[in-house]
Amino acid sequence: MQIITAFILIILLTILLIPFISVKWKGIVTVTAVIVIAVLSSIIAVKSLSGKQIEYLLPGSLVTGEIPVRVDALSGFFILVINFTILTGAFYGLQYMKAYRNQKANLSLHCISFILVQASLISICSLQNSIAFLIAWEIMALSSFILIIFEHNKSDTLNAGINFLIQSHICIMFLMLGFIWVALKMNSFDFRAITAYSTSNSLLTGFALFFCFFIGFAIKAGFVPFHTWLPYAHPAAPSHVSGIMSGVIIKIGIYGILRMLLVIKSDYLLIGYVILFISILTGIYGVMLAIIQHNLKRLLAYHSIENIGIIGIGIGLGCIGIGKGNNVLTVLGFAGALLHTLNHSLFKSLLFYGAGNVYQATHTMDIEKLGGVGKPMSHTAFLFLIASLAICGLPPFNGFVSEFLIYNGMFTGLQGSDKALLSWIVCGLFGLALIGGLAMLCFTKAFGSVFLGTARHQFHRAPKEAGVGKLIPMYAVVFLIMAIGLFPKVFISAFSKPVSLFAGNNFSPGHLPAGDALSMIGICSAAFILLAGLIYFIKRRMTVNKPVEFNTTWGCGYTGSTEKMQYTASSFIRAYRKLAEPLLSIHKKKKEIEGIFPEKGGQETHPYDKAEKWFIDFPLQLLKRFFNRFTFLQNGNLQFYILYGVVFITLVLGIPFAVEYIKTLFKFLNTI
Amino acid sequence: MISFILIILTSLFFGGIIIRIKSIASGRKGPGIFQPVKDIIRLFKKGAVYSKTTSFIFQIAPSIYFASVIMAIMIIPLGEYKGVISFEGDFVFFAYVLGVGKFFNIISALDTGSSFEGMGASREALFSMFAEPAFFILMGSLALLTGHISFQEIFASLHFGSYISYIIGVLATFVLVMITLVENSRMPIDDPKTHLELTMVHEVMILDNSGFDLGMILYATNLKFAMYGALIANLFMGSFPLYITIPIFFGMQMIFAITIGLLESFTARFRMNHNAQYILALSSVSLLIFLGVLLILGQFS
Repeated sequence: MQIITAFILIILLTILLIPFISVKWKGIVTVTAVIVIAVLSSIIAVKSLSGKQIEYLLPGSLVTGEIPVRVDALSGFFILVINFTILTGAFYGLQYMKAYRNQKANLSLHCISFILVQASLISICSLQNSIAFLIAWEIMALSSFILIIFEHNKSDTLNAGINFLIQSHICIMFLMLGFIWVALKMNSFDFRAITAYSTSNSLLTGFALFFCFFIGFAIKAGFVPFHTWLPYAHPAAPSHVSGIMSGVIIKIGIYGILRMLLVIKSDYLLIGYVILFISILTGIYGVMLAIIQHNLKRLLAYHSIENIGIIGIGIGLGCIGIGKGNNVLTVLGFAGALLHTLNHSLFKSLLFYGAGNVYQATHTMDIEKLGGVGKPMSHTAFLFLIASLAICGLPPFNGFVSEFLIYNGMFTGLQGSDKALLSWIVCGLFGLALIGGLAMLCFTKAFGSVFLGTARHQFHRAPKEAGVGKLIPMYAVVFLIMAIGLFPKVFISAFSKPVSLFAGNNFSPGHLPAGDALSMIGICSAAFILLAGLIYFIKRRMTVNKPVEFNTTWGCGYTGSTEKMQYTASSFIRAYRKLAEPLLSIHKKKKEIEGIFPEKGGQETHPYDKAEKWFIDFPLQLLKRFFNRFTFLQNGNLQFYILYGVVFITLVLGIPFAVEYIKTLFKFLNTI
Repeated sequence: MISFILIILTSLFFGGIIIRIKSIASGRKGPGIFQPVKDIIRLFKKGAVYSKTTSFIFQIAPSIYFASVIMAIMIIPLGEYKGVISFEGDFVFFAYVLGVGKFFNIISALDTGSSFEGMGASREALFSMFAEPAFFILMGSLALLTGHISFQEIFASLHFGSYISYIIGVLATFVLVMITLVENSRMPIDDPKTHLELTMVHEVMILDNSGFDLGMILYATNLKFAMYGALIANLFMGSFPLYITIPIFFGMQMIFAITIGLLESFTARFRMNHNAQYILALSSVSLLIFLGVLLILGQFS
């Protein structure tokens, strides 16, 4: 109880304090507050992860009723994930925002929003009263909106922010719909009422209720086709905010889905199939679009969609496991999903921090213009490389462990399944393997064309390595990435409690399926690193006395300047683009070199999102066309506007009166 | 352990056999079957020329690529005899550890800033990406058929009984052979003997490697051949004792090498821009295997 009081007090105090202190201290105060909040909430979270559900009852108000604060293992897990990424983000942001020291008021707003985002995320994980939950959700939406539009003098940023704001509120609308539904029927705002309602009603009702929530949370998480805000918001925000958004804010959608799976008792098999279907779609679609992007941060944003798909595949498998009573599938599915949630929050935030370093050194995010940044920025290149390998799910890093769990779940799920499930699992295998392959194409492109080769345009100033302050939080993330990759079993056994919430009592935490395989993976990964090191060492020893020469790259005999001639990112993926073109929508402008005195030729490709075209732009167009019919009302004459006012007031007053009158008339007629 | 040693032994003469077969098919006598290994040893003794554009990636990539192939070989079993590494789901590790090597190969090609090497890198990334689903669906089908999820257990309990299972065996061999050709960039996907950079896939990626690094990359190709050959041989081994499996192993490797030699002598390469579709079509062959397994298990009755 004291912890909650301290938690609220610190938030309020810092928020009040920040506007009144000097720019230099704003960041430091914010980071300190973030640390304190993180420590306080982590105390509760760690307790809950050991299997103890912690419950406080806040008195609340007349409207909300009692507000239960319940932290179970699932909440605890998410609170820890959130805290870690927010902490690294805060430390990174402290250095990153130094470039904007002259914008004093803007910085205050940014710092306050940063703390509010953390506080609201933690509250969302622990509040179990629907009104309080929605309030926290709204605070999170608004404060992340303010974080996104930090550079609000750019119109793109503002557009992206407004897009985010609108879609967040559509998301809230769906959540509200679900909560109101339950509150109307059960007359309670407690989440337990949802459980009671879904158990006392038919499976179909539970299913409909779940999907109401699912759509809401899916917008936040970025499941296709609800993902369209994400590729705009991520590039617009400052890099540490993009890292946090992609790392944890979209994961709160995953938390919501998992929480609703826990509280709503429904037909899990059907839910599992639907989630699996959407997730495979999300995964493949996300990475397919990621490959063709030209903006590095936009590429990473689409990649978040892909990873949400992988997490979803895990959740879907887990649900099917519950529905089928296949405990191994349940455990592996949910463990894979949770671990991937943690993993993605690590490597994706690292990638965004890396992109931030590149942005501040070169002032561009256009992959076609970058190149050769790896030489002056060797630390950033190294960190970005590790994160790229991890996100592709390659050993010896953490991404492999979670993908392995999901693969393992699928392969074990094959046994004793019926035709329907078997076909789904094969689709899943196909999807996951294809996602892995495409991710590799995507990140070889991203890493290769940004950090390797030579620069593709003249930088105003030669790129310089980011300061130590930025690199330290990044190395902290790498440390955790390596630790999970090398000691997966330790981390997975820490997950046994949240997973057992789903798997029920027939699951002993000590004996995790695939446990032996996990410890083998750890050993193999370590062996792989050692082997590679050993081979490199042998090579160095054997070639120590051999002549080494540095010369120009092989150019088929041509040794002139090669900057313009080197392979570009677009040409790297050209073969893929040709193949995938029918499925995607890419606007092309091409001017061929022709004639005797040719003018300058060129080719541009502008990738666009087909889902956005059909699910956002097309309905909006229809809506606009419909409302255009009423433009005659807005004719600019003051007299008309006064008339509208009079008509409105007359109607407001007149309609109830008329209704009453008609009612009494009917009564009178009835009595006759 | 035994499979590891056997694969290393095979790798010493595998490339030589292919070259010998190709020579004979074209009416020449050809070099001895250990000539490729001798060439590699000569490369190991040489110094190196590095491109000025390259960074640390280019220095470490060949070692990591080589290590990844060695790691993958350790997973391959010999019939019922486990590989050095064996655990449930080891083939996922197998595919992904090879992926690490590929990743580094690709970025080391991009590191040179060359106008050619990116081309090869692009093709290699695309082709190997499309080969992956076929492998996983194949392994999924075999896992479903045998009820096990590690290489050794699958191969030890794989036995052919009905007609359908023979078809599955043939199709699985076909898929694995094609994956080998894709992964090793051989005909009909890629022509290793082409002289034009524009039409190369793998060769163009390693244009700038020299000396020890080039030796490692070339030897890794031989190792990979022997590795996939061992994988194919495993399909036919079952749980026989060693004195039968070892001859089967070498026999299969010989047949495999001769097949590749003949294939390279008598087929033309596919059109480059149709390669991707063709490789993706491998997945559908894998799906046929899956359907066959469903038939065997009586899911349709």
